[in-house]
Amino acid sequence: MTSSHGRRRLHLAAALDRRSDHDAGAYVAAARLAERGALDFVTLHDGFARPGPDALAVLSRLAPLTRRVGLVPTVTTTHTEPFHVQAAVATLDWVSRGRAGWRIDVSTTEGEARLFGRRDAAPAEALWQEAGEVADVAARLWDSWEDDAEIRDAATGRFIDRDKLHHVDFTGSAFSVKGPSIVPRPPQGHPVRVVEATGRAARAVAARYADVALVRTALPARAAAARAELRAAAAAHGRDPDGLRVLAALDVDLGDGEYAADPGHGGGGPRTTPHGPLYRGGPVDLAELIVSWHRDGTVDGFHLTPVDPHRDLERLVNGTVSLLQHRGLFRTFYPGSTLRDHLGLARPANQYAVTQGAS
Amino acid sequence: MTGPKPPQPKPGQPEPGRPKRMHLAAHFPGVNNTTVWADPRSGSQIDFASFEHLARTAERGLFDFFFLAEGLRLREHKGRLHDLDVVGRPESLTVLHALAAVTGRLGLAATVNATFNEPYELARRFATLDHLSGGRAAWNVVTSSDAFTGENFRRGGYLDRADRYTRAAEFVAAARTLWDSWDPDGTPRPFAHHGRHFDIAGEFTLPRSPQGHPVVIQAGDSDEGREFAASSADVIFTRHGTLEAGRAFYADVKRRLATYGRSPDDLRIMPGVTVVLGDTSAEARERAEEIRWQQVSPQTALLTLEQIWGVDLSGYDPDGPLPEVDPVADPQLSQGRTRHGDSRATAEKWRALAQERGLSIRQTVIEASARQSFVGTPGEVAAELTEFVRRGAADGFILVPHLTPGGLDEFVDRVVPLLQERGAFRTAYEGDTLRSHLGLAEPVRKA
Repeated sequence: MTSSHGRRRLHLAAALDRRSDHDAGAYVAAARLAERGALDFVTLHDGFARPGPDALAVLSRLAPLTRRVGLVPTVTTTHTEPFHVQAAVATLDWVSRGRAGWRIDVSTTEGEARLFGRRDAAPAEALWQEAGEVADVAARLWDSWEDDAEIRDAATGRFIDRDKLHHVDFTGSAFSVKGPSIVPRPPQGHPVRVVEATGRAARAVAARYADVALVRTALPARAAAARAELRAAAAAHGRDPDGLRVLAALDVDLGDGEYAADPGHGGGGPRTTPHGPLYRGGPVDLAELIVSWHRDGTVDGFHLTPVDPHRDLERLVNGTVSLLQHRGLFRTFYPGSTLRDHLGLARPANQYAVTQGAS
Repeated sequence: MTGPKPPQPKPGQPEPGRPKRMHLAAHFPGVNNTTVWADPRSGSQIDFASFEHLARTAERGLFDFFFLAEGLRLREHKGRLHDLDVVGRPESLTVLHALAAVTGRLGLAATVNATFNEPYELARRFATLDHLSGGRAAWNVVTSSDAFTGENFRRGGYLDRADRYTRAAEFVAAARTLWDSWDPDGTPRPFAHHGRHFDIAGEFTLPRSPQGHPVVIQAGDSDEGREFAASSADVIFTRHGTLEAGRAFYADVKRRLATYGRSPDDLRIMPGVTVVLGDTSAEARERAEEIRWQQVSPQTALLTLEQIWGVDLSGYDPDGPLPEVDPVADPQLSQGRTRHGDSRATAEKWRALAQERGLSIRQTVIEASARQSFVGTPGEVAAELTEFVRRGAADGFILVPHLTPGGLDEFVDRVVPLLQERGAFRTAYEGDTLRSHLGLAEPVRKA
């Protein structure tokens, strides 16, 4: 797959977030709907001080009940063990057969710190620095098993070739990990790392480690600037900028009719609200907005959070997405099977595999 | 109404003249040499399909629960990764959530170490499993004190042995506080736990789960472990696979319950056992012998000896005699394993056995290390399992197959129907939750 082709392809994702629902049924129905629309992935946001079940757990539950859609839970790197987090994300990749992502986040509040008996919450700068280290060590641990480490050689009685497993010997500013991982290298090599890169500290982590960066803004110029900045910073870290997808993140309220966008929306564009960028209008106008931002190279796609989890997702898939599909601007089926396939991202080389040469 | 009503047996209690009903669980094959990976029928230890196969088999057999062990550091031997047994596994809770989607009644048990976790996060993960599975979650609480494992975690090093259990007990108590923290009407309430090991406060993110609390399992035979189980566990996973050892353990643990205001029926004792079946007793014994040879490869035989002798024995012939040299105590040789007993005494015993019967190294290891627990025809095994429960050696069994993923197919197809015929095992799930399968009451909510 050429990178320019991957960059031009439109990518769409939707949030399954809903108010404290701890029954699996609603999540299953929503994920299947998103999959019917051939969306790249669904997300479920999480944090320790908000009502609701553990997001990674919910998406693991969805894995056997869906076939293609990517599954991206938020897992914080604050107050959690990097070794456990990477193992859980790798396992989500195994149970979904290569469809896992991980939205990396930090927990900044005093309330969250008290849940763990920690005296004070650290400043966001320090927490994002730690998040970068966790993103780094997670990839090392995923690579700590080479793909062909399991050999089952009856003649020598060896289950693994231990030269293909590696201690990572990672020392960060606040933790260290010896390795190797307990979980063999996941199907995608590295599950897809997603970072909401609106803030400065988070953007630095995204440029260095993310496969997908989300930018929350109602202003196309600001989204385009963020994308350019992220790509330049990724290149400065020695990455191919085409290995990073930048998606605009909007809340969407598709209303209760086919009415036109609110006056003051600037011809159907989103607007800034106290809760973040919000698009309010009909599914057709949303399709127009998606086409125009994507055509101009403002972003590689969109991550959309339905304001009403049931109604707006349904209209998004059956209205907006089907219109995009009809116009040949979005896939009608999944040509690949992994989330990396959907995003047009290559399976990464293993940083410890000497035989593969320089990546 | 006049006259006394005939006494109604409680669910799970024997009717007069019927054997006591047993409980059964399926253990996914682990990373010791019980698991035979070299057999042509042996499948992936990682692919979800393997977990799904064994879980569906267990549910077809109406088992109480499916059990996953845990790994936090790959084992090492002589300073290198141990490569002779299965290595690696997926993370348990994530696998169980996926299994909840493809099973309907089966209990789902994960082993999670209390030493390398925090109560708030873990209580939330288990409460989530209990909610999403409709009341089928169980937590096998284990503790660790070794710095070797700690090298993968923020906490790092080391808790001394006694501290392990006080911390684990406080961990479970804190988790129970969180599980009970919401009002019965579903209103979140603040919680606070102030103890020696944990000082936490805030609001939990989930209402009380369908079982009230997930089932708590304790594994480990030490005195502290028994006491912890008697005070706080619903199930004990023991290793006492023989009738006499089982009866002694059973009596000891059940006796301890009264101290904590609990009745003997509030705790289920389930040894981990292995079963080998054959059409005749002789055939079953032959198969058992074959499996022992598969489990103890020439390389495994030498490694087993090295763990006892504490020295490099790679120059020895596994088909030759035992070493003349005496063992040395070197706990560093093998890392990440549970250690049992005094190595010098074991070496003496093994040498005497080899001498007396003219055995090679490999034959000695096969002869001296643990054998299968139940070997026989389906009828013989069903009778023996029933007898174990009748004589007070167990309330049920955690079956550990040697093959992934088909290792319990034959048991479910051939032994379970015979247990049912004897009235020793359920013929249908009577409730929806794991507690209902185990005949355990929902824990009382603490005000």
